[in-house]
Amino acid sequence: MANIKELSRREDRLEGGHRLCAGCGASIAVRQVLLGAGLTPVVAGCATGCLEVSTTIYPYSSWKVPFIHNAFENSAATVSGVESAFKGLQRAGKIPADKKMKFVAFGGDGGTYDIGLQSLSGAMERGHDMVYVCYDNGAYMNTGIQRSSATPLGAWATTAEVGKVGQGKPMRRKDLTSIMAAHHIPYVAQASISEWKDLTTKAEKAFAVKGPAFINVFAPCPRGWRIPYDKTVEIASLAVKTAFWPLFEVEDGVWKMTTKRVTSENRLPIEEFLTPQGRFKHLFKPENAELLAAVQAEVDRNFAYVQGRCGA
Amino acid sequence: MPTQKTLAVTGNVLVAEAMRQCAPDVMAAYPITPQTTIVEEFAKFVANGRVHTEYVTVESEHSAMSSCVGASAAGARVMTATSSQGLALMWEELFIAAGMRLPIVMANANRALSAPINIHCDHSDIMGARDTGWIILFAENAQEAYDNTIMAVRIAEHPDVMLPVMTTLDGFITTHSIDRAEIMDDDTVKEFVGEYVPEYALLDTDHPVSHGNFAGLGGPYFEFKRSQRNAIDRSAEVIRDVADEWTAICGRPFGMVEGWGMEDAEIAIVAIGSTAGNVRAVARELRAQGVRVGVLKVRCFRPFPFADVADALAGCKAVAVLDRAESFGAEGGPLFLEVRSALYDRTERPAIVNYIYGLGGSDVKLDLLRRVYSDLSDVADGAQVPGRLVYLGAR
Repeated sequence: MANIKELSRREDRLEGGHRLCAGCGASIAVRQVLLGAGLTPVVAGCATGCLEVSTTIYPYSSWKVPFIHNAFENSAATVSGVESAFKGLQRAGKIPADKKMKFVAFGGDGGTYDIGLQSLSGAMERGHDMVYVCYDNGAYMNTGIQRSSATPLGAWATTAEVGKVGQGKPMRRKDLTSIMAAHHIPYVAQASISEWKDLTTKAEKAFAVKGPAFINVFAPCPRGWRIPYDKTVEIASLAVKTAFWPLFEVEDGVWKMTTKRVTSENRLPIEEFLTPQGRFKHLFKPENAELLAAVQAEVDRNFAYVQGRCGA
Repeated sequence: MPTQKTLAVTGNVLVAEAMRQCAPDVMAAYPITPQTTIVEEFAKFVANGRVHTEYVTVESEHSAMSSCVGASAAGARVMTATSSQGLALMWEELFIAAGMRLPIVMANANRALSAPINIHCDHSDIMGARDTGWIILFAENAQEAYDNTIMAVRIAEHPDVMLPVMTTLDGFITTHSIDRAEIMDDDTVKEFVGEYVPEYALLDTDHPVSHGNFAGLGGPYFEFKRSQRNAIDRSAEVIRDVADEWTAICGRPFGMVEGWGMEDAEIAIVAIGSTAGNVRAVARELRAQGVRVGVLKVRCFRPFPFADVADALAGCKAVAVLDRAESFGAEGGPLFLEVRSALYDRTERPAIVNYIYGLGGSDVKLDLLRRVYSDLSDVADGAQVPGRLVYLGAR
């Protein structure tokens, strides 16, 4: 596990000067994950979305690694093709047998939980030696804050409006990390951009295992969440402290909480996470007290589930 | 010294053999009737260690083409095969493969599209993909499907082209019928296709490249499309040159179009795919009776050989275009639209009729084709065209 001194010496593989919004969680996620690859050459793929359109505006690129964008729903399949080419060309003797390379695919929650789920599931099942990283900001931010299956219960989105009848998204989130764990791949983890050490350690593990690995990274979107751009890391940290976003990993089928700091006893009430965000503003109207309680109950249920899986 | 072996074999088995001989680094495919035996045959090559290919058994055709795009951008020689709904599911990726200028070679077993569901031959699937930027070759029989596959690799990877190529063969009729065909020895094919040396490979970490960048915001999207148009226009010459080279080795001729009796034909039928053979059988009959009939087979549909088609047909009195696909709401089927457009600039033009035939594997009996020639004779003698678009043999 690298310490911050070592990490600070590693090359940043996503250059600044890209056109993501100030305070965007996605670029933080990418930089921390790529630090985890160490010095091994990496090929990165990216689904259509904010990250892709803002970092690869022709003829420029922020990526200091070979990069491919194909479409929205197929970042996993595309990178699985790159990895397959590496294997095929090595077998043909066109790439030296001892050459090592890493392959990583990035996608937002829309491109991963929703439209890209099949492509991701297929690539993981086929056992490609690749890492898939979802940066989860809980909505389709690139197209303008539409709800996804990662949007939390009660959150406002432009397709889950708040009005006389509607009070934001009426459904709970999809538990993608568990779905990926059910693929019984060597490594699955849930991480947050606010916990750099935990995230880079997980990235190191994901790159180190032979076979597929998946990391779900919590990455706030100031624009979509209606938060100031300098609160990204703070809000991500509150997601962890309220147990909205438990930090855990599943290594060869063994579930483990990766922080002992958040427990059933000391975790903060969900309001701490919700209050600073404009997308949850309506939950604090008196007539929505029941919905607010349901949001807390959903967090409790999910945390208890993860604790149970982790034997905590 | 090239050595050929004569086989009794199905089109699909022969396409799989051609793929094996071209030695792709990656094959990513998903099974669909009537393409399946191609991927099954290839799986045997993989299992028996006869190819070095990394075989990616994806979970859908969308992922098949997505993986092909990734693998081709990585610098690999890449092949796949599909049909019908599978080709339709790939639609988005077909444009991307062409737009990214990736020399992927794909076989398509031509089959009807739903609904209603139907697994038999027509050209609805491939015609739906005609404007995706792929070079499209049609095979009349198993032999041509084999030859087209081998030539496709050279065409796709040619530095002046760098475009994906689809080689198509008619579902069941060509994919599954046992046909007489000649297969070239492995070494000759290997030498003919050569090694693929990519210019911009993702795996070349000493020269990092970026594929699939964003070209909006006043970016050069428009200019990229023009360069793509120039490439497919340029490909015509490459297709001809590669065909000449392969002909010199195998002894079989390959035109962009192939005429039969067109030198002095008064009436002619234009057809693509397996039906061209049926039309020729009827034409022989009629020639024996002294009727000046001709057949024009179009082997290369994209780029469409406008000049060859117009040169061949301009002297005829009446021409029928057989379309095994619809272009609903258009003036006629896809082939008809191209042929009629090809003739527009000629001062001498034949009367022209469009027949839609054989949809969903509906039988193309010789009597139907005799009827088409008989209609054409009437038109040549001054009769009214029997309708702009005729559903040939529909009950």
